[in-house]
Amino acid sequence: MTTYVIKDVAILGGAESDIKIADGVIAAIGSGLTGDVVVNGKGCVALPGLVDLHTHLREPGREDAETVLSGSQAAAMGGFTSVHAMANTNPVADTAGVVEQVWRLGQQVNLVDVRPVGAVTVGLEGTALAELGAMAESAAAVRVFSDDGKCVHDSVMMRRALEYVKAFDGVVAQHAQEPRLTEGAQMNEGVISGKLGLTGWPAVAEEAIIARDVLLAEHVGSRLHVCHLSTAGSVDIIRWAKARGINVTAEVTPHHLYFTDDVVETYNPVFKVNPPLRTRADVEAVRAGLADGTIDIVATDHAPHPAEDKDCEWAAAAFGMTGLESALAIVNDTMVKPGLLTWAQVADRMSIAPAHIGRVLDQGQPLEVGSPAHIVVFNPNIDIEVDPTRTVSASRNTPYAGYVLPGKVVATFYRGRPTVLDGALA
Amino acid sequence: MKHLLSASDLSRDDAVLVLDTAKQLAAATAQGVGKLPPLRGRTVVNLFYEDSTRTRISFEAAAKRLSADVINFSAKGSSVSKGESLKDTALTLEAMGADAVVIRHPSSGAPHRLATAGWISGGVVNAGDGTHEHPTQALLDAYTLRAHLRNGEGDLQGAKVAIVGDVLHSRVARSNAQLLQTLGASVRLVAPPTLMPFGVDTWGCEVSYDLDDSLNDVDAVMMLRVQRERMNAAYFPTAHEYSSRYGLNATRMNKMPSHAIVMHPGPMNRGMEISADVADSSRSVIVEQVANGVSVRMAVLYLILGGTEMS
Repeated sequence: MTTYVIKDVAILGGAESDIKIADGVIAAIGSGLTGDVVVNGKGCVALPGLVDLHTHLREPGREDAETVLSGSQAAAMGGFTSVHAMANTNPVADTAGVVEQVWRLGQQVNLVDVRPVGAVTVGLEGTALAELGAMAESAAAVRVFSDDGKCVHDSVMMRRALEYVKAFDGVVAQHAQEPRLTEGAQMNEGVISGKLGLTGWPAVAEEAIIARDVLLAEHVGSRLHVCHLSTAGSVDIIRWAKARGINVTAEVTPHHLYFTDDVVETYNPVFKVNPPLRTRADVEAVRAGLADGTIDIVATDHAPHPAEDKDCEWAAAAFGMTGLESALAIVNDTMVKPGLLTWAQVADRMSIAPAHIGRVLDQGQPLEVGSPAHIVVFNPNIDIEVDPTRTVSASRNTPYAGYVLPGKVVATFYRGRPTVLDGALA
Repeated sequence: MKHLLSASDLSRDDAVLVLDTAKQLAAATAQGVGKLPPLRGRTVVNLFYEDSTRTRISFEAAAKRLSADVINFSAKGSSVSKGESLKDTALTLEAMGADAVVIRHPSSGAPHRLATAGWISGGVVNAGDGTHEHPTQALLDAYTLRAHLRNGEGDLQGAKVAIVGDVLHSRVARSNAQLLQTLGASVRLVAPPTLMPFGVDTWGCEVSYDLDDSLNDVDAVMMLRVQRERMNAAYFPTAHEYSSRYGLNATRMNKMPSHAIVMHPGPMNRGMEISADVADSSRSVIVEQVANGVSVRMAVLYLILGGTEMS
């Protein structure tokens, strides 16, 4: 079996070392190591393979936007070795049959661990619980349940879901959006929405649901995960909940770390996303929350859409942006370079913690001898201008088109095998 | 001037140029020489995704008086009703050689998108987009104000205008709030708090929730149309309560200084935001606004298609 050596790489940003990979595991760490294939890691950092808790792979149903294959390739290019495939497919992933289908497709593609997310309610309709236990017991072994794209807004339904998944150590990942406060919403409600005449999506619509949900989680003693938290108020509520001992985790997306809502003044629908891009104060708050651990993880909410759903007027456009391939560069830009996170903390926020929340057993492991060889080698010092036509995702709706981002994934190893080498699919 | 998408596209001098050009075109038209020649051979498309007979007719009359060829493209009964995208419609218009596209669209920002997405090369005039802007309405309002308050000359420095009603959903209010301030006027927005946009405190306008207190020092009151469907969304309790708190009736009109005028962009809800006797009073310039609309739109099309010099 081929052996690999990553030479002179800064493990978690620390001292330079060689990493030898053989038989799917890290065989040795040290200097002067040799192997069949050598990856030059000089100037690069090595992190455990990234785990995305929030990915839209679109298959089944919207294979024109993304497939398990193209999404897995995009994930690998971004340094991911596991993704959680969201349930809002067509058909919805609300039965054991659908989650097993997605899981099997992931196995066949074999570039990342594809962990299906199960819907909380049948058809994401919010009225009847999906067969959560059957999905948990299926071959896909679902542990994360979410109606993402829609909020489980009925308080009783949310309470029951939180309680029910305790039986199999599941977690409900809530898309926090009070529906009545966000009818027809197009962008963050603020100075810019007032000026642009676009219907606002107020911060309180997110914060009110999060506040209710942490109290429900406390009451029933359950585990809650909050998807794509986007406002300063949400950070405060999570911080309060954690101080109170409530078992809640939260994620922030790269785009909410990076953009403010003034980019919407272009009316370019590539910036249309749900929850919407927020204000400078919100961006500062989510960065601070991620730095101090209030926000546990970065998750991409990678949401591919075909060109026609973005090459149109704002109101007609779909919500969402791609994010797998750019995530690590954005975290480098917004968190590492300003000194808010060390690389060891990035490993926690993007690999160790999400693997733990999703109960992905052999991911998010320390980079030490004997660990499964899920590794990303990232050069943080190369500036790359994003060209949407060169992305690997089947969709082109990256919001970073034309932006220069710091860093490039040089290599990704999944189960000891390179999925990316020399910055290209292996 | 390549496009007119927002009142904020216009500097003070740009805006005065449009008003002066409109005045000259109005004078030339009034001399009865019939059609003026400057846009002969140019094609103007009126692309209307909303029913708006008055604005479409106004643009059509403006283009025809400048001898342009006019194509009216309305969403109903067209390829649009069969699901054609804005992009494909735009590409079609481009292929047909449209020199300018006048667009009315229910989606805020659609004209901006049409002008910047690379679909067409011609000029774009925003004839009202969603709840965003309606810059030619603001220009015709400024023209009307200037005619009454400044003898048809210069800008509106020192004038005071109250804009009353559904500011939240009003593209007329957004464009006027910007343009009138650009021209030196001060603007007071008057509405129930539910119908004030978020962040209105950053608009540079005075904000009031009380109409009775807002009338005694103004040079003009601009009443906004209130859509009756807003009632069902709890913006205000009843049409009657709205009318009694924010409607302009004769009693309130009498609180205005004697020179102050009453404006409305139309179409009016008589008995709702404006009483019939006010609408028909001698202080109402509502019909004049319509006439000025044609002159101002002639000026805008002329400046976008014909250059900046009057021959």
